[in-house]
Amino acid sequence: MIKKDSWVLIEKEILSPNERSNNLPEETKKVPLIMWVKGYLLNDSNLNEIVKVKTLTGRIESGKLKQVNPAYMHTYGEFIPELLKIDQIVKSELKDGDDNDG
Amino acid sequence: MIMMDNSYNAVMARKNNIMRKSVGIDYDKYEQDYLSFDYEKMLKDCNFSLSEIKKIQLENGVGNTPLKECKNITKLARKVAKKGYGARIFIKDEALNDSGSFKARRASISCYQAKKLGYKGVIAATSGNYGAAVASQAAKYGLKCIIVQECYDSQGIGQPEIIEKARACEAYGAEVVQLSVGPELFYKFLLLLEETEYFNASLYTPYGIMGIESLGAELVEDSINLTGKEPDMVVVTNAGGGNLTGTARGIKKVTDKNIEIVGSSVNLKGLHMASDTDFNKKSFTTGHTGFGIPFIMNPDRSDVPRSAARALRYIDRYVTVNQGEVFFITEALAVLEGIERGPAGNTSLAAAFSLAQELKEDQIIVVQETEYTSAGKHHQAQLAFARKNGINIYFGNPQEEIPGKSIVFPDNIRKIKAKDLNLETIKRKYIINHLNGYKTISRKDIEFLAIETNSSAKFVKEIVQKNNIKVEE
Repeated sequence: MIKKDSWVLIEKEILSPNERSNNLPEETKKVPLIMWVKGYLLNDSNLNEIVKVKTLTGRIESGKLKQVNPAYMHTYGEFIPELLKIDQIVKSELKDGDDNDG
Repeated sequence: MIMMDNSYNAVMARKNNIMRKSVGIDYDKYEQDYLSFDYEKMLKDCNFSLSEIKKIQLENGVGNTPLKECKNITKLARKVAKKGYGARIFIKDEALNDSGSFKARRASISCYQAKKLGYKGVIAATSGNYGAAVASQAAKYGLKCIIVQECYDSQGIGQPEIIEKARACEAYGAEVVQLSVGPELFYKFLLLLEETEYFNASLYTPYGIMGIESLGAELVEDSINLTGKEPDMVVVTNAGGGNLTGTARGIKKVTDKNIEIVGSSVNLKGLHMASDTDFNKKSFTTGHTGFGIPFIMNPDRSDVPRSAARALRYIDRYVTVNQGEVFFITEALAVLEGIERGPAGNTSLAAAFSLAQELKEDQIIVVQETEYTSAGKHHQAQLAFARKNGINIYFGNPQEEIPGKSIVFPDNIRKIKAKDLNLETIKRKYIINHLNGYKTISRKDIEFLAIETNSSAKFVKEIVQKNNIKVEE
């Protein structure tokens, strides 16, 4: 059970595939347009139930309850060793030049 | 209360009415003859002088960013250039504005205006730095703020740099509405404007453009202060056209020198902007040809009836660079100059590295922006995401890069080459697009199209005649 007034993320289908704009590539046209928004939960609810939330600007939105206290989990990703090679390329170009100048 | 029909078609049909209420501009009164409108009057009526803009911005954490000489990158370009060539490369470090990009300049005037007109809040549809900029400026004025983003594909997988921008918006207290891929974002945007009656802080109103004029003016003044001379060339990352338009207008307000204005976009040829599956194959979500080309051809495809961003009026040359080249120069900026910045803002730096080699050593080339970097919004994060999505990342010739399939880092700095687009072809296409559907036009329309394309009445007339369109006497 998720308590009323919890800070949550909801998901909602805004347009079903047949309500979407005609002017779309096939792969987009066949999936719905989905919205995600955060807000305070208006009633005690369970995950994946359709709920109402009050957003930061005081609007009411409804949708499927997906997360409680949604966190920022984005990172710098897996290390890309090629970046070290770029460093070598640009540094060695400058160094060569210095030798020539001298 | 009357129940509104909120179906897609019904909302789109009310578009003009919603727009008029949300920007406080009656666009109809600028329309002229068959296809023209009075661009200069539309801007003039907004009634902001350059000095007022600067004052508003300085009081709100925007502007007066430093112009920095990239001495090592210049030195690197001179290794490759002919003897005596390799202009001095400077960057305007716009990342130092509150919220971390030049977009703060655009947001500052929009939010100032929203407050002045008595709106309770602002809304912007943007997946870019503009969201954080509007959120930051709205916080200063005590305005409520909603940012609408295209962020995830239908599987809920998000673009790292857009996820970071959402975090930034929330950090400044904004509500963020995130959507899956599709141009119907505009539909939700209209619904929100109608529901809240907030101000539409569009990137394309006169406020969104005039706010950048200060950047153009400053970079000329900075260049004179640092070098005793005005720049010879200014390179601008081009997407919706506002950055280029505002910068060029600002430059022209402070100098008569014929400074070459070069637009630069990341080449994303072949990737469809409305494709759910192409969405996460992009490693750049702005500053690319997917916006740059359609907007330069048809500026009024924006979210206001008449866009104030009209790049074709001001652009002297338009080049593209590849994703691998921009990531490469972003890394070089960090390790050679000690300046770690976001990749999208360095699109014009990658181009400048190549263009500087065409200019003489005593000439000045200014790259007019940088943007902040962080988790998600970093070349390391974007490359890791690309690799995870099966993009082949390797060293070689960047000209071989296929957007959505490969990212090619130059294996030698000589292979960084800005590629020219044919501006005359673009101008022709612009004119043909705008004549479409007309059997008759006026002399004024011809003048308008000549100004819009920075060409001549003769050039326009030839195309008009070829298309059998009558010109009223």
